[in-house]
Amino acid sequence: MSEPKTLLDKLWASHEVLRREDGVSLLWVDRHLVHEGSHHAFAKIAARGLPVAAPNNTVAVVDHYAPTRTRDKIADPQVVRMIDTLRQNAKSHSLRIFDLDDPAQGIVHVVGPEQGLTLPGLLINCGDSHTSTHGAFGALAFGIGATEVAHVLATQTIWQKKPKAMRITVDGVLGVGVTAKDIALHWIARLGTGGAQGHSIEYAGGTIRGLTMEGRMTLCNLSIEGGARFGMIAPDEITKDYIKGRSYTPRGDQWLAAEAAWDELLTADDAVFDTEIHIDAADIEPTVTWGTSPEQALPISAKLPDPAKLDAQKSELAFKALEYMGLSKGQNLAGTPVDQVFIGSCTNGRIEDLRAAAAVLTGRRAKVPGLVSPGSQLIKAQAEQEGLDKVFTDAGLEWAASGCSMCVGMNGDLVEIKKRCASSTNRNFKGRQGRGARTHLMSPSMVAAAAVTGEITDVRTLLQDRNI
Amino acid sequence: MVGWEIYDGRAKVLPLANIDTDQLIPARFMSVPRSEGYGSYLLHDMRRDASGALRLEFPLNGASPATALIAGANFGSGSSREAAVYALVDAGYRAVFAPSFGDIFASNAINNGLLPARIEPETYEELVSWIGASFCDVQIDLQNGCASFGGKEVDFQLDETWRMKLINGWDDIDLTQQYASEISQFGKIYAQAAPWAVPLVSD
Repeated sequence: MSEPKTLLDKLWASHEVLRREDGVSLLWVDRHLVHEGSHHAFAKIAARGLPVAAPNNTVAVVDHYAPTRTRDKIADPQVVRMIDTLRQNAKSHSLRIFDLDDPAQGIVHVVGPEQGLTLPGLLINCGDSHTSTHGAFGALAFGIGATEVAHVLATQTIWQKKPKAMRITVDGVLGVGVTAKDIALHWIARLGTGGAQGHSIEYAGGTIRGLTMEGRMTLCNLSIEGGARFGMIAPDEITKDYIKGRSYTPRGDQWLAAEAAWDELLTADDAVFDTEIHIDAADIEPTVTWGTSPEQALPISAKLPDPAKLDAQKSELAFKALEYMGLSKGQNLAGTPVDQVFIGSCTNGRIEDLRAAAAVLTGRRAKVPGLVSPGSQLIKAQAEQEGLDKVFTDAGLEWAASGCSMCVGMNGDLVEIKKRCASSTNRNFKGRQGRGARTHLMSPSMVAAAAVTGEITDVRTLLQDRNI
Repeated sequence: MVGWEIYDGRAKVLPLANIDTDQLIPARFMSVPRSEGYGSYLLHDMRRDASGALRLEFPLNGASPATALIAGANFGSGSSREAAVYALVDAGYRAVFAPSFGDIFASNAINNGLLPARIEPETYEELVSWIGASFCDVQIDLQNGCASFGGKEVDFQLDETWRMKLINGWDDIDLTQQYASEISQFGKIYAQAAPWAVPLVSD
């Protein structure tokens, strides 16, 4: 009898072209997503005179450098050049491109699922570490570097050693105001930012089953912040409901065949994982980062740590992080004043995120300035139809177009030196949002709460009179 | 890519953990073509003040540059940007010794001939005290997985596949092209087994 298989085992086996004697597999790639940052890879295949092996499986998206304010006249020539280079590469290799004027343009990890390009059972690569997002559909999705992007362009395959398997099981009911973002920051704080290195994570348990696709994508997206290149969730009816009827989704008989195949994509009851983690949903509070690594996160009710009381390895990091962040040991996390807020990114820029933030902001004014950049132009249009844009602008926040924006600052949406930003993004690294910028990661509703009070705030205190 | 087996260079300690790829190269420098060189952007915001001048007190800003780096755990975590490796390679680095590496960074390193040598946390602590703030001659022996830091012998861990790739300077595209018929065969069978996975052309 064969070994009981995990979801990872099944996805790996169905894409394995061959396995070398040294254990490294050559895997078939179903979807390859490229963006402006893929210019190195296109240059590499050009230098060899190689074509794109499978143009129909390759999709280009303008996101990292996408202007969010004025699109018709871009001031920065570098930004213009980066976008033009992608355009030229897409044109010369006959790739579908979601360009700036496309009503479906957006962040690559939002556009893929939204268009039905992302499906359960597929292998999806992109030269971006947050490619783990697509694993929320039960896909084998992982970020790759430029040399690997060139390899996928040239061969439609990727060499990869199978990672170890980790399962994070979350059971129980999430409290009011507690979201998928908080689940992610909670486990990363517990295991550390290198805690899942070398692993593929499968998220399981009743709490995960109860998450919407948006929540599942947020959770899988942040897998890399705990060191895992892969995050995945077995597909179910919620997955199918999300996918059905999208632009690139299979239809008719193909849909029925796909459903039958997807129903097999689950981990056997007695399958064995290299590492098992269990989390009780009731233990998770709204969670906020205080330092310069995603693992430096605490429940909103906590006080900042005293580096002297931490173990040697964490102590120095905590000391330096507090210094960079301009914070003092022992102070309450709640009540920390912020200079600005940002809502958006591939982590938390989806319609559900905007609704959650708007629910807090309705009828309220923001005390600090802020930017809201939806994950895609389709989400922007939907939000406008629902009147969410009005909620944001009435509160005093800026409503902008879609792109990676202030999560990574490549398009010029930057946080200034020593300014503190409550942000729905994925990295609080030094300088990530701009040189010297101080980032606090949290859920979109927590960002909205920070906007309303001008300080890091427990969103639950602002939800008491609201029907959420 | 040129393979290598023995390397003689100069090592320097950067005693910090969690040096992510955003720190290795800030995003604003990543639009530059590789041909212009990425070396001057390496750890840009740590090495240079707001005016762009080198900070004299920063460990890597010595008069003669190091070619091997010893750093704390979780080196190269975060973004998949291969530019982080380009910055190290273009600044002359051939190896990084650390207790752990970001997964994507490590594979990017191998693809550019840069050795991500994993050492025990205790070994890292020993090297930090042994070398301190000065430079140290280092000889790296890829085949045997060891390095000598001014006479102090240290073992390092490296995936066997990656060792062979570094030593032989193998290029994956060349390697994969040898399997063209297997790939084409797989593609045909796959399209029949999972026809729904073949991308549709949108309406």
